[in-house]
Order: sequence, then structure tokens, then C-alpha cells
Amino acid sequence: MPVRARPLSPHLQIYRWQIGNTLSILHRFTGVFLGFGFLALAYWFVALATDARSYRSAAHLFASPVGLLAMLGWTFAFFYHFLNGVRHLLWDVGQGFERAERRASGWMAVIGASVLSLGVWLLLWHFHRF
Amino acid sequence: MSLRSPLGQVLGLGSAKSGTGHWWAQRVSAIALIPLCLWFMFSLLLLPSLDYLTMRAWLQWPVSGFLAILLVAVVAYHSYLGTTVIVEDYVHTEGYKMPGLVLLRFVHVLVAGVAIFAILRIAFGP
Repeated sequence: MPVRARPLSPHLQIYRWQIGNTLSILHRFTGVFLGFGFLALAYWFVALATDARSYRSAAHLFASPVGLLAMLGWTFAFFYHFLNGVRHLLWDVGQGFERAERRASGWMAVIGASVLSLGVWLLLWHFHRF
Repeated sequence: MSLRSPLGQVLGLGSAKSGTGHWWAQRVSAIALIPLCLWFMFSLLLLPSLDYLTMRAWLQWPVSGFLAILLVAVVAYHSYLGTTVIVEDYVHTEGYKMPGLVLLRFVHVLVAGVAIFAILRIAFGP
């Protein structure tokens, strides 16, 4: 089929980059990233179901630099997707649509996710439980 | 009587080719995940240790084993719904889109099945 250049409506480039679209993209990105976290979680359950040796090697993998970095990322992705998801649910019932409210809740999701991730890792660090 | 033309009725279904069912399922699974995720996170944080024996004992307790299975099932469903929308939005070639959607479904069912089977083995194991 011949591809014809069809007229386009105002395209992506003419829009200014702002917090709304950034957070929307981040929501999808963290969602996909958490999907890989789900894969890791499944691996962890399988290792736990197999035997103590498999569990140790899984724990070893998660405690490696790459593993820790991934888990740090999953922690932030989880809290962000969680808080921003609640933000979406509030929009779905018609709450918080004003410009100022949208911006405030957006920043709350980002800052809240950062603070909560930091909190969880400080707790884990404090108790040395990984 | 619908005021839409027959062509509009056929073409106007969007990239998902369906109505609001998917959207609604996404919201319902999101709401279900709020308590499940909070339970999972607080459980892991409050356990005295994350070693092999503690974790197994925790999952062998019926309530935790059951909730862990629910968590895996709902996470898989929610993830499947979300990634499906992404494929529908960005993959425009039917030759990639349809196999991509089938692959997504297979992978989600496979991973969820493996995880749930593992939890059952722990729950009913020694």
C-alpha cells in the first residue's frame, strides 16, 4: 500500500515539556519497570520453594551491586506508581482537576515516592536485613 | 437507534477494538492492589529476618500464603492490562501488534502461574 504524507494535527514538538506530561510518561515507564520487578519477585518465590541453596544464591544476586540498584529502582517505581495511581483514581472520581491541584498532587507523588523510598531503605539499612 | 453511521460504528472502536471494559478492569485491579501491596510491604519490613526459614514459615501461615497468591494474580492481571495498552498505543503494524499482544498474555500467565505454583509448594510443603 502506498504511504501518502497526510496532513497532521499540531504535533508533539509544539507542546512545551511540563510536569503533567513528564509524570504521565513516568507512570507508564515505572509500570513497565515494575513488570520486570514482578519477574524478579517470581524468581524469588521459585528460589524459596526450591531449597536453601537456591534461596542463598537468589539473595546473593539481589544483594549484588546491580541487584541493589535494581531494587532501589523498583522501590521508587513502586511508590511513585502507587501514589500517582491514587492520583489517577482521584481524577477518575472527578477530584483534583484544577491546575494548581494537578501540579501540587504531581509534586506530592514525586516527593512522596522519594521520601518513602529513602525511608524504607534507611529502615532496611538500620536493621541489616538484606 | 444509534445516530452513528455504520462505518463510524465499525471504525470508531479505537486501537483496542473494544469498549470501557478494559479501562474499568484496570481501575478495579488498581484498587485491589492498594491493600495487597501495603500488606506485602509491611509484612516484609516487620519480619524479624528475610532468611530462608523465616520466609518459608511466613508463607506457610495460611493467611500470608493466600494473600501472596492473590497479590501475584492481581499484579499479573494489572500488569497485563497496562502493558497491553502500551502495545496498542505504540505498535501500529498489525503483524507485530497481534503477536505482541498474544506474547504479553502468555508471558503474564506463565510468570503468574510459576509464582503461584512456587507459593503453593511452600505452603503445602514440609
